Amino acid sequence: MIALSDVHKAFGAKQVLRGLTLQVAKGESCVIIGGSGTGKSVCLKCILGLVTPDRGTITVDGQSVTTRDRDAFLARFGMLFQGGALFDSMPVWQNVAFRLLRGAQKRPKAEAREIAIEKLRRVGLMPDVAELYPSELSGGMQKRVGLARAIAAEPEIIFFDEPTTGLDPIMSGVINDLIREIVTEMGATAVTITHDMSSVRAIADKVAMLHDGTIRWHGPAAEIDTAEDPYLRQFVTGSAEGPIEAVR
Amino acid sequence: MSPLFGPLAGLGRSTLALLGAVGRVAIYAGSATSHILRPPFYPRELLRQLLHIGWLSLPVVGLTAFFTGGALALQIYAGGARFNAEAVVPQIVAIGIVRELGPVLGGLMVAGRVAAAIAAEIGTMKVTEQIDALVTLSTNPLKYLAVPRILAATISLPILVAVGDAIGVFGGYLVSTSRLGFNAAAYLQNTVDFLQPWDVTSGLIKGAVFGFLVALMGCYHGMNSGRGAQGVGRATTNAVVSASILILASNYLLTELFFTA
Ligand SMILES: Nc1ncnc2c1ncn2[C@@H]1O[C@H](COP(=O)(O)OP(=O)(O)OP(=O)(O)O)[C@@H](O)[C@H]1O
Ligand SMILES: [Mg+2]
Repeated sequence: MIALSDVHKAFGAKQVLRGLTLQVAKGESCVIIGGSGTGKSVCLKCILGLVTPDRGTITVDGQSVTTRDRDAFLARFGMLFQGGALFDSMPVWQNVAFRLLRGAQKRPKAEAREIAIEKLRRVGLMPDVAELYPSELSGGMQKRVGLARAIAAEPEIIFFDEPTTGLDPIMSGVINDLIREIVTEMGATAVTITHDMSSVRAIADKVAMLHDGTIRWHGPAAEIDTAEDPYLRQFVTGSAEGPIEAVR
Repeated sequence: MSPLFGPLAGLGRSTLALLGAVGRVAIYAGSATSHILRPPFYPRELLRQLLHIGWLSLPVVGLTAFFTGGALALQIYAGGARFNAEAVVPQIVAIGIVRELGPVLGGLMVAGRVAAAIAAEIGTMKVTEQIDALVTLSTNPLKYLAVPRILAATISLPILVAVGDAIGVFGGYLVSTSRLGFNAAAYLQNTVDFLQPWDVTSGLIKGAVFGFLVALMGCYHGMNSGRGAQGVGRATTNAVVSASILILASNYLLTELFFTA
């Protein structure tokens, strides 16, 4: 279980998270929604220890994320970065198989390559993409390679930062199905950030809405259309009228 | 606060900032060095960096040494002529190149080429979240990015300096024999008889120190790059400037250490 409790984070004078508390159970698919710039990506980076919170505690299965053995801790995670964050010095397949080519999960090159190609296929990419360099791909293709890299070592906990932004509707559907499949079949815990309400409906067990540095609303995915909260209502219906200001 | 204290406060602040920066660089250098000896190792990365930093710097260092050796011969000949000491050209060219100009100019050229490239590459990786991605893939960026580069530069620079020494002396030889009327065999004999092993070794040690500094500055500024393209640009400039200054300053200290006892 991932538990964040009273997490605060400021960048200079800008207070981004102000007392964020959230729990994600094992094997659950949690979707975080919220306006642009509210700190969703920062929240995931705090869990991974890439950003150190100013205050509050974050634990995974009761173990603090500031544990000494970072390598073993991080080996349990997979992360798709919002911008892809592919290594542009190596071809696509080596990006995907990065974890399988070195360290504790190292295996023969041919085998790692085969797994990489299989993962690429699962995100809808042809095997011939494997030899290209990230700079030779379109934005949506880069995103999907990032996704393939996140799931390549079959981690227990996977974070997806806007997996479907920049994809066409069909490809979005494929990716939504994939995320759902990873959670139900592999039993992984997933935390997904998205602005795409159809994605929310397709992949979420639980939805948490971030606003003003805290969780404004959270509950089962089935309730997002019936919940009373005016902030959530405005977000789900995508209306310019409501408590959330359009200029932030 | 009286206006008198304004400049003083500014001076204090920048002194503190400077000391802070020195401390951070020292800590970074210490932890990078300690990682050199601890696994995991990335031999493939090291080879790649040896190629980039060492092999591909050969033309730059060679050309620099060649022209410097030639110019040095002309100057020493002209200067020596003022007190009838033109004959010392081979000896002074050799010692000047091997002890000072070979390592220092080689180091500066590599600083321009390599510190900039390293800072730009690592800085770009930082602003595009590739460093964060490395961490989440259980790979320590210091180990995977900094250690191979620092090691490669520390190994390559002495070799580059050795090659530069030979080419520099050859440049002096070529100018002296073709333009200044020196006898070819006598010139070479004079050079070889005059040079002591320590003249050469001290230059190679300097090279190793400069290589370490160049890669360290590239990695440090890249890792601490600000956000966006502007941040990377500034990191690159800072890397080259600080590497160059550190080379010149440490050259003085090493010379003091080696040759005044
Ligand atoms: N490293 C950083 N340094 C300074 N400010 C930062 C940093 N990272 C994030 N911020 C700030 O924190 C705020 C939240 O950023 P974050 O990336 O988490 O937004 P987000 O909710 O993911 O938005 P989006 O939906 O647009 O991706 C932003 O205002 C951003 O400017
Ligand atoms: Mg974001």
